[in-house]
Amino acid sequence: MKVNLAEKEEWDIEIEPKNGLLSLNLKEVWRYKDLLMLFVRRDFVAEYKQTLLGPIWYLIQPTFTAFTYLFILNKMGGLPTDGLPPMLFYLSGLTVWGYFSSSLTKVSDTFIANSNIFGKVYFPRLIVPLSIITSNLIKLALQFSLLVFFIGYFHFTDASFTFHFHKELLLLPLPIILMAGISLGMGLFISSMTTKYRDLKFALTFGVQLLMYGSAVIISLNTIPERFKEILKWNPIANVVELFRAILLGNHSIDWFGVIYSFVFLVILLFIGAIIFNKTEKTFMDTV
Amino acid sequence: MSVAIKIENLSKQYNLGTIGTGTVGNDLNRFIAKVRGKEDPNLKIGETNDRTTKGDSSLVWALKDINFEVQQGEILGIIGKNGAGKSTLLKILSKVTGPTTGSIKAKGRIASLLEVGTGFHPELTGRENIFLNGAILGMTKLEIKSKLDEIVDFSGVERYLDTPVKRYSSGMMVRLGFAVAAHLEPEILVVDEVLAVGDAEFQKKAIGKMQDISTNQGRTVLFVSHNMGSIQALCNKSLIMKNGQTTFHGTVEKGINLYLKDNIGNANLNLVDRKDRKGKGGFVFTEIKIYDLNGNELKSIMSGMDFEFRLHYKSSERLKNIVARIELTNSKGNIITVLNNYHCANPFQEINQIGYISCEIKKTPLNEGEFILNVSCLQNLVLLDHVDNAYQLIVNEGDFFGTGKLPTIKEGVLINQKWGIYD
Repeated sequence: MKVNLAEKEEWDIEIEPKNGLLSLNLKEVWRYKDLLMLFVRRDFVAEYKQTLLGPIWYLIQPTFTAFTYLFILNKMGGLPTDGLPPMLFYLSGLTVWGYFSSSLTKVSDTFIANSNIFGKVYFPRLIVPLSIITSNLIKLALQFSLLVFFIGYFHFTDASFTFHFHKELLLLPLPIILMAGISLGMGLFISSMTTKYRDLKFALTFGVQLLMYGSAVIISLNTIPERFKEILKWNPIANVVELFRAILLGNHSIDWFGVIYSFVFLVILLFIGAIIFNKTEKTFMDTV
Repeated sequence: MSVAIKIENLSKQYNLGTIGTGTVGNDLNRFIAKVRGKEDPNLKIGETNDRTTKGDSSLVWALKDINFEVQQGEILGIIGKNGAGKSTLLKILSKVTGPTTGSIKAKGRIASLLEVGTGFHPELTGRENIFLNGAILGMTKLEIKSKLDEIVDFSGVERYLDTPVKRYSSGMMVRLGFAVAAHLEPEILVVDEVLAVGDAEFQKKAIGKMQDISTNQGRTVLFVSHNMGSIQALCNKSLIMKNGQTTFHGTVEKGINLYLKDNIGNANLNLVDRKDRKGKGGFVFTEIKIYDLNGNELKSIMSGMDFEFRLHYKSSERLKNIVARIELTNSKGNIITVLNNYHCANPFQEINQIGYISCEIKKTPLNEGEFILNVSCLQNLVLLDHVDNAYQLIVNEGDFFGTGKLPTIKEGVLINQKWGIYD
């Protein structure tokens, strides 16, 4: 009789040693959407508290970096910029690359940077990487408006460059989504691994620096020797950076093969990242 | 009443090494076993190790085969020494970390309060942090908004609501953190010694709030504390943990007594061998005994009887101007009274190198219960020797008033009294 009663009991929460392989529980993540927005707000508000310029720093960084590249690489080094005004070439590359690199670095640090909170309270851990991706979008939007300003400037002052309104512009969210997905997938993977092996953190820091040179940020894929291009076009990031330029600045046509390749890469990466993150989430407090 | 939480065969293994199982080899072993669908070989090491010799392996069981149920609306106090596994249990309950084996099943939301003010950002204002902290604890923005006034009111920091919390005192931070947590409305609340902070007034408020949560709202609370006082004030069931296992689950009173008995195990140790002494030395208490006034040794006494404490000692030389002091506490550690030869008599002029100090008590005014003695010896008001829990005095019911009746208060004090009525 008593056994029967127990059988009938319904439980809302069951805590067991293992999660399912892919039990990401997106419904729960949705329930915590307010937390996600509050994290985004916290990141944005807290970062530039007690600074004079505040979010303007988001604009100063890429502008000065682009100027540096302009003088060193283009003017002194004579590197071509794929038929675009060098400033636009660098700034467009930096804008979309900046989104990728800062998202990746911060997502990779999810478990370690938040171990204090994670050790005290449960909420879907996925909220943190998602909030990072989102708050970086705000930064991206600001930097994009800077880019728009420069596009306008060159449109009116530089005879060799004209901006066209064409329907490809509607595809603009595509490279952003690809970047968000790739940095999330890769970040989830790395953050899970770093809870055990901190080495990855160091590898990541300079790995990201090196990756920039192969990601068409400062050197266009169209201006390098064919044999290098053969290798670099397998870099999904380079494809996305080129896609961003192609859509926004129309310097060449969209490489659909590259887009599809990057998308497949993203799906696989997100899948693996999610599985490992999901596995780590439950026990990382014991190893971190 | 229905079961709110059901814990079955819950175990948690920790590895004392730094990463993984300690070595890449063990990591690989574990991985291969997992791929082949076998049990983790490292689990077995810990298990056998635990039964035979300790200390060989770096694997330890923080929790081992825990089984219990908590009824809805119950406030369960979890008692245990440091390292007994209380916090691990709470961590698994609050999903901060997963169990190694076994399961927990629960009805409704579980909110955990392992620390107040989790996720407070120092740069954000009090108001902003209420929202952030509330959301971390699982509330929606709307829920927080609807309770904002209550939270602010409870915390008592409304004046600083728009000040960054980095300017708060630690007490204010705790108040704010607790206020947010107290207004969570989970079906199950898990609390870990958060009451240890804040001033007395706030602690009282916090305990009141937790009682309210359980009795008036029918929510289940799991409460871990070292403070028997708050366990007693708050809980209606208790659970004792020892070395990762549960040793008792039942009423609060019995639980506290069992725990205290276990905790004063020191009193059974030979006094002379005790290492946890204070004082500058040169004098040690070696043994404490009780005798009746005819010189017969006793094991326990009765209320109302005459008896004598004999504090045996050794000293390195003949000492002058000696004061002996006995602190009498109840089993919860609260001091009932202090006996000494300074206030009620005069310091001993000179004592021999070996002997005993005697203290006679007439008509013992103590009610039934177990009392603890902390003894100390002072010379010119300088502490020479002090031992806590030096002796456990068992007092049995006795006819103190000569009426054959006694009040039922345990470990209390009896006072001779005269009653009358007048016009």
